[in-house]
Amino acid sequence: MSDTPEGFAPRSDGQPVVLEHSRAPERMAADKVRCEACPVLCQISPGKLGACDRYGNVDGVLTRTDTLALVVQPGTDLVAWQAGRETGGWDGSLVSDAPVFVSGLGATTTYPDYKPAPFIVASKHEGVDMVTVVTEGIFSYCSFKVKIDTDRYLGPEQATVRHRGEAVGHVSTIEYGSQFLALGGVHHLTGGSKKEGRVACEMMMALGNREPVELQIEGGASVIVAADKPPVVDGVEERRMRVGCGSATIGIFAPQWHGQVDEVVVVDDHITGVLSEHQAGKFLDMAPTGIRLRGRKSTPGRYFQVASPGSGWGGTDITDPLSIVEGWEAAHGARPGLRMLMVSTTGEDSGWYVLDEALVPQPAEMPDGVRRVVERIGENCEPSLCSVLYVAGAGGSLRAGVTDNPVRLTRSIKSLLVNVTCGGAPVYVWPGGGITVMVDVARMPAASFGSVPTPAIVSPIEFTMRLDDYRALGGHMDRVQQLERVIAAGGWRTVEGAAGNPWPLERLRGGGR
Amino acid sequence: MSGAVRAQLADGRWHFQHGPIDCILFAEGESGAAAECVERAWLRFRGLLAELVGELPLLRLDLSSPEGAAAAPVGPVACRMVAACRAHATGGRFLTAMAAVAGSVAEELIGCFAEPRIRRAYVNDGGDISLHLAPDASFEVGLFTDPAHGLAGLPLDGSFRVDAASPVRGIATSGWRGRSFSLGIADAVTVLATSASRADAAATVVANAVDVDDPRIVRRPAGAVRDDSDLGERLITCAVPRLPEALVAQALESGRRVALREIAAGRIVAALLCLQGRAVACGANALLKETCP
Repeated sequence: MSDTPEGFAPRSDGQPVVLEHSRAPERMAADKVRCEACPVLCQISPGKLGACDRYGNVDGVLTRTDTLALVVQPGTDLVAWQAGRETGGWDGSLVSDAPVFVSGLGATTTYPDYKPAPFIVASKHEGVDMVTVVTEGIFSYCSFKVKIDTDRYLGPEQATVRHRGEAVGHVSTIEYGSQFLALGGVHHLTGGSKKEGRVACEMMMALGNREPVELQIEGGASVIVAADKPPVVDGVEERRMRVGCGSATIGIFAPQWHGQVDEVVVVDDHITGVLSEHQAGKFLDMAPTGIRLRGRKSTPGRYFQVASPGSGWGGTDITDPLSIVEGWEAAHGARPGLRMLMVSTTGEDSGWYVLDEALVPQPAEMPDGVRRVVERIGENCEPSLCSVLYVAGAGGSLRAGVTDNPVRLTRSIKSLLVNVTCGGAPVYVWPGGGITVMVDVARMPAASFGSVPTPAIVSPIEFTMRLDDYRALGGHMDRVQQLERVIAAGGWRTVEGAAGNPWPLERLRGGGR
Repeated sequence: MSGAVRAQLADGRWHFQHGPIDCILFAEGESGAAAECVERAWLRFRGLLAELVGELPLLRLDLSSPEGAAAAPVGPVACRMVAACRAHATGGRFLTAMAAVAGSVAEELIGCFAEPRIRRAYVNDGGDISLHLAPDASFEVGLFTDPAHGLAGLPLDGSFRVDAASPVRGIATSGWRGRSFSLGIADAVTVLATSASRADAAATVVANAVDVDDPRIVRRPAGAVRDDSDLGERLITCAVPRLPEALVAQALESGRRVALREIAAGRIVAALLCLQGRAVACGANALLKETCP
């Protein structure tokens, strides 16, 4: 700070004079933010923290960085809610249906966890006394399952995935239209070299915090993934998922082409479809065209191995679509004037051809009616995204921070008496032993993931249950504190729960009775 | 703008916070006395940051410059900061009064507990601690040689006792790993002095002196790390790799010389210098002998 803030002076009674309004000085650089949280009035450059280390300039927004995150129901004005509580005076009883949920984000940890979790918070939901055990877990046993919507070839199954030269994961299976990667995990965090562990940890933290991460797949592509963002494969941003394989595309659009075309070839790296031979074409009484296609014929109108994966048409290595047509047989229906559409499974690539007198396809202007169907293929392709799911095993010592008899916690979760959330976001609890949770990082608050030098990942986790059930499973009852008190103690910031997240207190069996 | 906030911790201690100031307060004594003193400290605390901000430009002057030498602040905390730091800013050595801000705040608040009904009290402002002790009372002070040990929940690296007969009423720690910036590479330098403001200023100076030249030590201009740092473009320590034994010994020795000078001048009572698992104690060795890891 270079000047005394105008209008700010100590009063004789020692109380600070609060400015009615505090306008940013005109000389302040445009990319700085002025923090008015306290009289120091820091002007903070992008990426830096103020004098208190609590507030920082994150992408031009003044952001509280190190505090407990209270998840509030969307549209809630916490200040107004609190003011309403205060005018009535707090009698020490449990609050009623607070629109606030204390998340583990910023709660810190009590590892090793024989000590009670940092926050064990009592609140009320629809008249029922509830308790939420809030902590930040330190997870070595954790990983990310990444789904990348693309038909482009990313690399062979089981191939090593590298980040900054270190092995951080591997290529998993392909599901319909999407490639899965398994990233991180204890083997990379602590099973390899120190550098591998550090790089894997950094990669995992970034991925969890929805930042872009560049990955190299051995024998395959370089891909940039970020949660809820389109993948970038070898420098090209993926825009659309394919509508289906070549055969499925034929099946969907055959009636719309009928009458406007004599032949349609849908180019695909898996199954290339040929309308006239396909069951869908037969059903529409389409005449044979005598087309001879490269590849291995499967059932009628479906061809395998027409093309290899690549960055050409529809995720194939084809750049000239006619290269997959080996010839035309007049004896089987080929004729001059025959009209053919060739199209990729995303509708992004297409060509219109008419056979000349020598039965050679010649490019021609595509009729509007056909073009509209091609456009409809594109319209039916959903946007390509990366989705990042965090998987963590909380079955270890972390449970001791919740109860002195940990297996009861595990059982209570399985019998739905305890709802597990990560930063207030709903999780899927895997069947079987232990507490293995899976959560979409896009539904968690921003910057939920941290790390410790072990290396291991730090992430928020909360266990919510009825107060009676908490007592029954051996909870740390003497450490239960009222939500009101947590709020009154300060040191928190609010984050709005992601739209569509169920309210954490509402998911319990019998909750809200 | 939010004002000062306070909260009572589960163990009865209080946490006062306003902007960059975080204090933990503890007091015990005759029935009701501690609570009374905490209220007094709270009243004092609420206006304290505003007072300091009002004189901030003055407090950020280099005390070795002509303007700094002439600086005459008004507020009691600001006066204490300047007094504690001026002694070190001789011979053109750069130092601003901000070097003693935390200790001076702690010392101001401990004044609210200075009465016979209070047996023991302390105010810990971010690691800079001011003590109040009745004639027969003492404090056992725990010590980590590296802040990371504390965060990792490891056992204390050592402890020492401060009893009422000792002149020590202030304990301060400085190092590059802490919240304040350091020009040196010490993990932690803990200084015992007769007051927290003196301890704070001296800890800064001694920690700055624990240093060697090594290209692997990452230093960046203070202004590049934080806006408006009172250190301007001076290079602060941002990362220290594991250093060879000889360099560790050399850095500690250079800090030890400064610590001994401070002890000889009567400005501090004792100091413990920690760097990469090694520690050097200076002065009042009896007091510190248990701390050596």
